[in-house]
Amino acid sequence: MNLKKILSISVCKGLIKIGQLMGKKGSYTPGVIAMKICPDILRMLSAQVRGDIIFVCGTNGKTTTNNLLCSLIESNGKKVVCNKVGANMLAGITVAFIEKATLTGKLDADYACIECDEASLRHAVKHVRADKVAVTNLFRDQLDRYGEIESTIGLLNEALEKTENTTLILNGDDPMSATLGRGRNAVYYGINECCNEEVKSTGEGRFCTVCGAPLEYNFFHYSHLGDWHCSACDFKRPHIDYGADNIDLDGKLAFDINSFTRLDVNYRGFYNIYNILAAYTVYDLLGLKNRNINKVLTSYKPQIGRMEEFTVGGKPVILNLAKNPAGFNQAIATLASDKRSKDVLIAVNDAPSDGMDISWLWDVDFEKLSSCGVGVVSVSGERRHDVALRLKYAGFDNAPVTDITADTLKDIAAGDGEVCYLLVNYTVLFATQSILKTICDKG
Amino acid sequence: MKITVGHLFPDMLNLYGDSGNIAVLKHRLQSRGIETEVTAYGIEDEIDFSAVDILLIGGGGEREQHLACGRLKQMRDDIVSYAEDGGVILAVCGGYHILGKSYDHNGEKAEGIGVLDIITQNGKERLIGDVVLQSDLVKSTVVGFENHTGKTSIGNLKPFGRVLYGHGNGDDGTEGVVYRHIIGTNLHGPLLPKNPAVADWLIEKAIERRGGELPLAPLNDTAEQEAHNYIVGRFKK
Repeated sequence: MNLKKILSISVCKGLIKIGQLMGKKGSYTPGVIAMKICPDILRMLSAQVRGDIIFVCGTNGKTTTNNLLCSLIESNGKKVVCNKVGANMLAGITVAFIEKATLTGKLDADYACIECDEASLRHAVKHVRADKVAVTNLFRDQLDRYGEIESTIGLLNEALEKTENTTLILNGDDPMSATLGRGRNAVYYGINECCNEEVKSTGEGRFCTVCGAPLEYNFFHYSHLGDWHCSACDFKRPHIDYGADNIDLDGKLAFDINSFTRLDVNYRGFYNIYNILAAYTVYDLLGLKNRNINKVLTSYKPQIGRMEEFTVGGKPVILNLAKNPAGFNQAIATLASDKRSKDVLIAVNDAPSDGMDISWLWDVDFEKLSSCGVGVVSVSGERRHDVALRLKYAGFDNAPVTDITADTLKDIAAGDGEVCYLLVNYTVLFATQSILKTICDKG
Repeated sequence: MKITVGHLFPDMLNLYGDSGNIAVLKHRLQSRGIETEVTAYGIEDEIDFSAVDILLIGGGGEREQHLACGRLKQMRDDIVSYAEDGGVILAVCGGYHILGKSYDHNGEKAEGIGVLDIITQNGKERLIGDVVLQSDLVKSTVVGFENHTGKTSIGNLKPFGRVLYGHGNGDDGTEGVVYRHIIGTNLHGPLLPKNPAVADWLIEKAIERRGGELPLAPLNDTAEQEAHNYIVGRFKK
């Protein structure tokens, strides 16, 4: 057994090294092989974590939430296992633990922050105890992998049936996430005031998950998030334990938590309020000492492609991952709040990890781009022709079709706009970012 | 002449970008100078079928699909006479299945609306992926994306197309169904943007029924054709 453990860890670490030498970020194969050699490896390593193990799930924002939480915990001098790059299926989670372990399988960690794919949580909890499970939100995403949003809830319920003594941290503004808290130990966060975000709702989940009647809203934040209640039964937005108010969206993002703790960060995007709220809620529940939250949040470097800014030929180029209607609509809302003139590139692939069904393009409010000070919208990715066709309907005829190379990105940056936005989905992201790193202005 | 496109329960049956189908019909009607109205019906609304020319029924989550079917069964007589009178219907995925005699809900057989003499039963696995059809209806290929567990037996009815790539109705190499002026299909994508010929077939039937002028003027479909050809090209290697 011990031999298997050592072999599993050393092979995995070796494969990660080889992968790095070949310039690969992949943590999938090493993890799969490690689990083949020693199926118990994840359980043995994770059992050594001294404090809480926190899982972060949800359609959008889980990488940001998980990494923010990790930074907050680390600011107390604690050692944290964290799958930072967002490899969030069982293999990636295994790699995160192996990377922190010694060759003999000793793990020195106070906490673990594990981002986990919604469909993988039921597998992960067989190996790893889930002291806390935070859910950011549940939107329509990658339907071909998960089926419908109800199936996603089913998969999470299946996972939660297997866990013991778990505290759920749920988005109370999201009726789909709130469903998970029924009859369970749950803490809710939410945004308590209406900010008039004029984002089109993406229709899924407007019906009560308990009785099927339509939901009614006092106000919407975006999509199906807001102050909701069932029109027929007593299911409604739960009591919010950690609520944001006094929200200031002008330029920077600032808000109070429970009208007390003022947070003030240099992020873009309304949706980041939720990411920060979720991370803050978990952090507060852990009872750690450092209260200088703003400093940690401000020094947090967003993960790749989360409104990540580069300068190319003196012009700001902003790279953003957008992979489903809610994500795209939020990106477009953020772009609309930027008053500068802009050019845009939209790139969509349909690899399995992107979701092979791209019909959601028709649920994105691309029409809004025409009132956002947008000049040229170019298209790229495997499904460039589908994007071009969708844009034709949004009033952008004959969108230029391009590959993503150093030269084409420079050309786009040399356009008339004062800023460029690159909105790309998952498998386009990494390649685009590496090119931007080579062509951006240094220093 | 005015053509009215009725969209059934868009707040429930809207899972896979099916609103794109409405956008295409509206665009292709208006580009030909035909006055067009789109009416979205909520689940509580009464529907005057005499005012409808093209009816779109989309796909929804299993719960939504079942709720929608329950409501539509209350209007069964109206829908049946609309269909038998040559009323145009595009029914996608769940919308297609509930138009039949029966479909599966929560593992049990549920009674459908019965406009189409077809039966849908859930298979063991979800059928997911790109689809390419050869369709006699429009004398060309049709492309789309399927994501369904329902397998449909269409009996003696004509299929919407023969499957060149993908699964379709299940195991018999057919996809969808055509009955009078109804197209039932599993294909999302959404269906119409990349298949303008199918959109025009629906429009032609609606105009014909109103005694309007045909043929339809051709439109510039370069973007549509490129997106269509890209999918066909993936499987023709």
